[in-house]
Amino acid sequence: MARLLCVKFRNNLRNLIRLPPSKDFNSCKTEMRYGYTIERMARLREERVGMADMHASISSLFSSITADGGRPRRALKTLPVFSNLSVKRLIELLFGVSASGYSSQKQSIQASVGIRFSSQNDIESTVKQGTVISSDIRFKYPEFLPHPYMKWRNSIREKLERSDMLKRRSNIVIPEFYVGSILAVTSSNVHAVTRTTKFVGICIRRQGSGLNSSFLLRNVVDNQGVEILYELYDPKIQKIDVLRLEKRLDNDLMYLRDAEPQYSTFPFDMEPEYLSKEEEVPINPIKVKLKPRPWRKRYELDDYKGIEPFDHLLSWRVIRRKPRALKHKRPVQYDLMWHYRNTIPEEEQREIYTEVCSELQKQEIRGQKIKRKSEFVSPEKAT
Amino acid sequence: MISKIFVRNFYTSNSLSEIRKLARLRVVDNSPLGKQAMAEGKPPKVIHVYNKQSVGTTGDMVLLAIKGEKKKGILVGVVKDQKPNIPRFDSNNVVLIEHNGTPVGTRIHVPIPHLLRTILKEKTHAKGADYTKLLSIATKFL
Repeated sequence: MARLLCVKFRNNLRNLIRLPPSKDFNSCKTEMRYGYTIERMARLREERVGMADMHASISSLFSSITADGGRPRRALKTLPVFSNLSVKRLIELLFGVSASGYSSQKQSIQASVGIRFSSQNDIESTVKQGTVISSDIRFKYPEFLPHPYMKWRNSIREKLERSDMLKRRSNIVIPEFYVGSILAVTSSNVHAVTRTTKFVGICIRRQGSGLNSSFLLRNVVDNQGVEILYELYDPKIQKIDVLRLEKRLDNDLMYLRDAEPQYSTFPFDMEPEYLSKEEEVPINPIKVKLKPRPWRKRYELDDYKGIEPFDHLLSWRVIRRKPRALKHKRPVQYDLMWHYRNTIPEEEQREIYTEVCSELQKQEIRGQKIKRKSEFVSPEKAT
Repeated sequence: MISKIFVRNFYTSNSLSEIRKLARLRVVDNSPLGKQAMAEGKPPKVIHVYNKQSVGTTGDMVLLAIKGEKKKGILVGVVKDQKPNIPRFDSNNVVLIEHNGTPVGTRIHVPIPHLLRTILKEKTHAKGADYTKLLSIATKFL
């Protein structure tokens, strides 16, 4: 009976995800173990290039790589980072096939929309009716990209959220900042005597998307570490000032919690440091020193660039189990499906940013004007 | 002995940092009792949390075992994740109080959240304990 049920389930599964008959049940099972759901696979299949095609192409790619000179590792190393590539582009890159097809399609897109998109190597981008989409816009305004989880996607909600975000941005200047920048946030607080509070701190994390996006500020006040989470589009926020615009070596600075306090101490009366608009945002190469264990995370298992070497702080037992733990870590850097599921495809990113970029630029110019106004000092009378 | 070897250093994720019974806290006022306990490396232990969830947060009253005595305290800063706009601290801070709500010390050395003003005012009754005296010995609000 159990076996019969199993067969029935297998057939149903096949029908659901419409796999070719050659695809066997075991491979489906492995896929499910790694978090594919049946609905999602079906949806993926409907929406994009067929999943089966993808699988076939990827497996043939790997066989071709291994066949080519018998040096699979070396060939794999030459693969680019996939995070902002679309599936079509990925296949094109991997095989060299359909390159002409893709480029012709690209041209047709360009012709229809009237915009030329920058290619991978271009740093600056191009102009369409006075609007510029620069290639770093997705790092500048990461919250405009929706969460890549398929079940949470809803195009109408995303569109409404985007318009709401722009409306909020027309009322308050939300400046460009990154993880590692030092911010001062003035917000209204019903609990305070003066009804407003100001907090200064280093941004150690940016998370969320859309109206949900938030950032976490950290500071050490009177030798006491304090963190406050702010929502970026919270109406309580009155003003966001960037005191020092810079990036760090990592995109997540949560390790400052386990680092010495001097690395996250910033005075509340800090003067803002102005950076001219042409200058690139500098990367601060500082490496922090960790306090002795216990830590909040197993930092030895991830490669953080912003931490000083800390092997002397680990016990011999941790050092002994490190290679074993690394062996069981899931290698995502070559997992195409992982990248596909955890990033927004390039085409969608373009669509979103073409929708909002003109409005954002207008607001940027307006923000500069406000800044210049506030900087203006009336000349003194000559005697 | 064997169980010690295997249990020690074994963890896979963060602790929840909840303030329950037997949690150790940090006394942040300048009361002699608290100062002495912290200096000796014997921080107070929670033996009761006065709320229905039995997990303490900012503004909750706790009963502490400190240097062989029972003492009440008010939580003025917690480690666990907080909602937006509410500060989260790197240590679980407590201020010792008497039964009538008067703080034992005369000064709090670390910043305390603004939220505490509202919470403690709500908890204070006309003829009962007055917790708002704690606010007047604070040096900095965040």
